[in-house]
Amino acid sequence: MTDASMDSAPVKGRLTTVDARTRKRNAAEKRFKAYGLVAILIGLFFLVVLAVSILRSGLPAFTQAEVQVEFTLTQEEFDAAESQMLKTRAYEDLFIAALQGQLEERGLEVAFDPAAIERLLGKTGGTIREFFLENPDRIGTPVTFDLAASSRVDGYFKGRVTRDTVVDSRFLMVSDLDLVDALADAGIITSSFNWNFITGSDSGVDNPGGAGIGVSVIGSFFMMLVVLALSLPIGVAASIYLEEFAPQNWFTDLIEVNISNLAAVPSIVFGILGLAVFIQFMHLPQSAPLVGGLVLTLMTLPTIIISTRASLKSVPPSIREAALGVGASKMQTVFHHVLPLAAPGILTGTIIGLAQALGETAPLLLIGMVGFIARAYPEGVVSGFIDPNSAMPAQIYTWAARADAGFYEKAWGGIIILLIFLLTMNIIAIILRRRFERRW
Amino acid sequence: MPLLWLFLIVLAIAATAFVLSRSRVLAMSGQDRRTLHSLPNYYGSNAAMKSAIPALLVLVIWLLAQPFYVNNAVSGMIPDSAIADSSSRGLVLAEVRRAADGLDLAVARGEMSEDEARNLRTDFTDVTTRLENAGAIVTSQITQPILRAAQRFRVMNTIGSQIMAVVVLLIALAGAFWAFRETDPVFRARNTVEQGIRALLIAAASIAILTTLGIVLSLVFNTIEFFRLYPASEFFFGTNWAPSFSGRGGASDLGILPLLWGTFYISIVALIVAVPIGLFAAIYLSEYASPRVRAFAKPMLEVLAGIPTIVYGLFALLTVGPLLVEVFGDDGLGWMQSGTAVMTAGLVMGIMLIPFVSSLSDDIINAVPQSMRDGSYGLGATQSETIRQVVLPAALPGIVGAILLAASRAIGETMIVVLGAGAAARLSLNPFEAMTTVTAKIVSQLTGDSDFASPEALVAFALGMTLFVITLGLNIFALYIVRKYREQYE
Repeated sequence: MTDASMDSAPVKGRLTTVDARTRKRNAAEKRFKAYGLVAILIGLFFLVVLAVSILRSGLPAFTQAEVQVEFTLTQEEFDAAESQMLKTRAYEDLFIAALQGQLEERGLEVAFDPAAIERLLGKTGGTIREFFLENPDRIGTPVTFDLAASSRVDGYFKGRVTRDTVVDSRFLMVSDLDLVDALADAGIITSSFNWNFITGSDSGVDNPGGAGIGVSVIGSFFMMLVVLALSLPIGVAASIYLEEFAPQNWFTDLIEVNISNLAAVPSIVFGILGLAVFIQFMHLPQSAPLVGGLVLTLMTLPTIIISTRASLKSVPPSIREAALGVGASKMQTVFHHVLPLAAPGILTGTIIGLAQALGETAPLLLIGMVGFIARAYPEGVVSGFIDPNSAMPAQIYTWAARADAGFYEKAWGGIIILLIFLLTMNIIAIILRRRFERRW
Repeated sequence: MPLLWLFLIVLAIAATAFVLSRSRVLAMSGQDRRTLHSLPNYYGSNAAMKSAIPALLVLVIWLLAQPFYVNNAVSGMIPDSAIADSSSRGLVLAEVRRAADGLDLAVARGEMSEDEARNLRTDFTDVTTRLENAGAIVTSQITQPILRAAQRFRVMNTIGSQIMAVVVLLIALAGAFWAFRETDPVFRARNTVEQGIRALLIAAASIAILTTLGIVLSLVFNTIEFFRLYPASEFFFGTNWAPSFSGRGGASDLGILPLLWGTFYISIVALIVAVPIGLFAAIYLSEYASPRVRAFAKPMLEVLAGIPTIVYGLFALLTVGPLLVEVFGDDGLGWMQSGTAVMTAGLVMGIMLIPFVSSLSDDIINAVPQSMRDGSYGLGATQSETIRQVVLPAALPGIVGAILLAASRAIGETMIVVLGAGAAARLSLNPFEAMTTVTAKIVSQLTGDSDFASPEALVAFALGMTLFVITLGLNIFALYIVRKYREQYE
């Protein structure tokens, strides 16, 4: 470069003093390095923001405001209530009387009407009547009822709903909040761990408080069983063929090209495939974990094949040669020697593939796993595979798409559970890799 | 579950064949096993393989083919007069299937005897009410042709399943018998079994081809069906997207351009976020970072790639959207109307793509030979000058490939745009407006209640086809560039 030599020709400074040009170059160096550091910090910052917003919005889903009322029903009260026309109403009156009694015991005087209780706790009378009809021997003894507060009261407790944002509606009046405060002071409303969220089923669109993720966890579980049972043997078989047996010809090339392309096809396209082939063409049941599992199997296969091939490749050729040398056939060499040595790597790749499949949502939307309200646990193993169910990510999407803001909290809570599963699977994969990794 | 039983019986036959053949060859060899060509287990495996595999293959093919045959036969029974104007043959057939299921349910619950279910007539009994009483889902009044078709459907399916069971069991027994007959100490059992396993391995590898074929066929057939109902030129060049929600009726405008524009706009925003951050992160990690920093920061960034997209979607909808509205909304700068917008989806998608760009670029930068760096240092260049003028130009094709792969990811991404980008199809330049994408519309057109034969549902397949072609093209182009680059240094 001629102009470069022109530039550098009149160097007058000394080596020990830093001239302006060097300073400029050094500054540029520092700047460049700083850009890199900033980029990494931005990435990490996003990670932290994501984690914080998941935890902050999701943790409240694991608690639930509950009203604890001790309640004694005498036989006479029971008979009187059962003889009335509006039976549940009679129980409700009894319940309110008991609640008022408990408030007065603690020296609190609040006026409230049955409608307010209904807004706070829903139809209490029915719950109580059902309990005593089922357990007639408990009549006359004190029974403690834990009644879940409505989602708005719950929101008030967690700070999602404040006095400023409450508008009088049939769900909650501003005046009800005084009652809630009084009950909270008296220790009647408490916040407790919400087991129903983990073990329960989805609720209707107007009851965010009762929604739980348990049923869809089971749906995901059955789906993962299908994925594991199909993608592991098929993926391993395909990789063994490609890595150990396939001759160099157009057919092998075709398979290779297909696998690398399938790995990059958008997941929604697999959903279209599932809808067209499994549901429209084969008439498999809609929303069934079996179909979801089949679609996710096809999606996971490329991942498993790629990682299995890598671990087969890492087994040194000397192992194969030794086996062949003592008279094993090619097939025996692969199945008796190469495959066991590659097993930890295959397992790790499979777990990572399963984790990916577990979090995948888009294809599930197309095969009907949204829109369906997963209300009940499957009755048995067969029903677990073929009866309509939801899956964790699909359930989260369903909640996120609902209008009531109470469901958003559930969606974030669902994400925490989903991430716990993913984290566990990835940690198992890392441990397996550390434990069994072999360097030849 | 008779199918399960059939499957188990076939497996039992295979297991028996295994034991019988193995003991037969052992008996034939006398005391000296060295006279056998293969190990005794191979003779057993040969018998098990020959009895189970053909039988199961026939079972699968039969299960796939029977619905076709029955559907065609039943479809012929329904006169055109029985199909209402607002309906179609497909819908009537679905009704027939539902009625048949209802009859099955009624029989299973004991509300109807098998004879009744076969010979009921709508003119004598009110079948609809009886089925509803049995808990079946009946969407409309069952007419005589539908009931007759449903009865025929049931009978054919029952007989078909019975024949299938007999055929499958016969094949399994025949296979077992054949293998048992050929079991002989000189029979080359290991070679036969190994050939069979090899065939299974090839079949497993071919599933990748079958999947691609399935994708292409399901897209192509439905797309052709769509273009029969809706002109292709209006689909590709229409600037208005307004499907009618009635389900049928030709009043829909289904132009893809606003969707493509939304897709590309969001992807561009995502790439503007992801490429500089990802690239600089990769440069820092591969050129500057100490091993300890690298060991910490690289997996941390890759955690971002392992997070499911539904999480990003929720993050866009509930965290980033409201945050952007606070800054750019009516209370702030007044540019943004609602939380779902191109900016929201693009930003979050960019975050998702950072690790994608950074780890791919990292690999590529690491693949640049050290001698090139050393040469540059030897000429007196600083580290950043070396990176900018030597390493990056050498890695450029690979980096371009990585960016193209990231772009294809962005175009095919679904959950973030479904939750974060909005539902309105618009051709607008304002990044703070809600727009929608191809993927989001595939979801919304196929998750509604509309019937699959309407152009409003079929358009999703045409959209899917477009998406598939675009992403496939980008992937192939990117892989081509990456491969070509790699060859330069090998």
